[in-house]
Amino acid sequence: MRLYWALACLGFRRHAAYRGATVAGVFTNTVWGFMIAYVNLALFSSQARVAGYDASDALTYVWLTQGMLMTVAVWYWVDIAQRVRTGDVATDFQRPVDFQGYWLAQDLGRAAYHALFRGIPPVLFASLVFRLRFPSHPVTWLWFLLSLCAAVCVSFSLRFLVNLSAFWIHDHRGVISITSFAFPFLSGLYGIPLAFLPPAVFRVLAVLPFASMGQAPMSVFLERPGTAGTMLLQVFWAAALLALGRLVLRAAERRLVIQGG
Amino acid sequence: MASTAARPHLWLLRASLRAQVAYRLSFALLTVTAALATFMDFLVIGAIFTHLPRLAGWSLPEIGLLYGIAGVAFGITDICVGALDAFPQIIRDGGFDVLLVRPVGTLYQVLAREFAMRRFGKVAQAGAILAYSIAHLHVTWSAPKVAMLASTLVTGPLIFGSVWVMAMTHVFWTVDTGEVANAFTYGGSFLTSYPINVFAGWLRDLLAFVIPMAFVAYYPVLLVLGRPDPVGLPSFTPLLTPAVAAGVVVLAAAVWRTGVRHYRGTGS
Repeated sequence: MRLYWALACLGFRRHAAYRGATVAGVFTNTVWGFMIAYVNLALFSSQARVAGYDASDALTYVWLTQGMLMTVAVWYWVDIAQRVRTGDVATDFQRPVDFQGYWLAQDLGRAAYHALFRGIPPVLFASLVFRLRFPSHPVTWLWFLLSLCAAVCVSFSLRFLVNLSAFWIHDHRGVISITSFAFPFLSGLYGIPLAFLPPAVFRVLAVLPFASMGQAPMSVFLERPGTAGTMLLQVFWAAALLALGRLVLRAAERRLVIQGG
Repeated sequence: MASTAARPHLWLLRASLRAQVAYRLSFALLTVTAALATFMDFLVIGAIFTHLPRLAGWSLPEIGLLYGIAGVAFGITDICVGALDAFPQIIRDGGFDVLLVRPVGTLYQVLAREFAMRRFGKVAQAGAILAYSIAHLHVTWSAPKVAMLASTLVTGPLIFGSVWVMAMTHVFWTVDTGEVANAFTYGGSFLTSYPINVFAGWLRDLLAFVIPMAFVAYYPVLLVLGRPDPVGLPSFTPLLTPAVAAGVVVLAAAVWRTGVRHYRGTGS
């Protein structure tokens, strides 16, 4: 366990090294947050509620998801695929540590850094300009934190699976980049709440694993009805996808051919 | 004579194109991704319109026209100058030193690293929305309107491209803050897909006029639709578009040159 803690700290520190990048990222998320916020406000100028959300709910959704983007980190992530391509992954397999756990621990450390330094600043800034809706029960903060952890686990296991495709496909860029755009959209991290989509579409997306990365933690934060069910579904997807990742990893290990000897 | 001078460039271009299609599955998926990435912006617009008939006074085909023009312009820009996204990496690993000793302009060399044809997916997707919107608009077309629309194919990418260059130039000083540029490039593409009266006053003034994004699609579209400007600028404003585009190109070239002069390398 100490080992995984050390790995998590490593993930945290690795991202803490680039302060300029953090400031640049916060700036960019904030500019986007403003643009998306005003588009949402234009939607609410003619009606008080959309799909059960009022303007404050929607603005809170916009800004928290801007803050969560990097934490849940569903963007382009190729760390494992790159090591498969170069053959370095063979070294990883020899380490006396579980391969999936090795990467998960580092990713959790990274997520903690991004939650603190990329997540909180844009939301704080926005709360000075807009009236956001913060939880009315203090315990909601705890549920939100747990829900966010589950979101990171689901995100990690999906990225892990997509990266493992590099064992079968020689050039991984295509597969990874298509998923890195599809995942944020399907998860509701793309500007408007997933609930604003047509009800039939929303009902399907809400049970898919992607919603666990965006809409689910936001539903918890906004204290929408059904928090317990939402979080159970998140835990189910996290466990199922991590297990699936292990299965695929087993198959990948069996087929491992190290290029160039 | 000119063709002899251009030949090495054509060779490089052909080599670059062949390299890009070497992995067919990846090339196909990357092209689809490029189309999908911007199409999701349109899905968001579509989702908004399931809740109301007009957004800030604009109908769906009208916003589609804005979105289509902005998308095509951004797609062309992305093909031509998208390689700038790798610029911070070039600075970080000292690759810029190599560019400085070659007898060709540095900006051209940075851009020529990749003319990413996969980004054609973006142009195709936005073009389809543009065609759909034009078909559903009730506009009496005239020569000036057609000319205005056609000129956006040139002025739009010039404005986007110049802003992209200027937004990236600061990396000469700060090295690891390349992401700031995203706010102006991809952010600009998002902004120009909406009528600017959606945004609050200060944001609108900053992004639309200081960074003249409003001239990519918004003002040309006002002329095509024959609408007065809700912001209150005079009716000849759309006609200033070519001048604005030329102005930012000159400015971007000057800004880039200043950056190159201040380049000191990262010591790596």
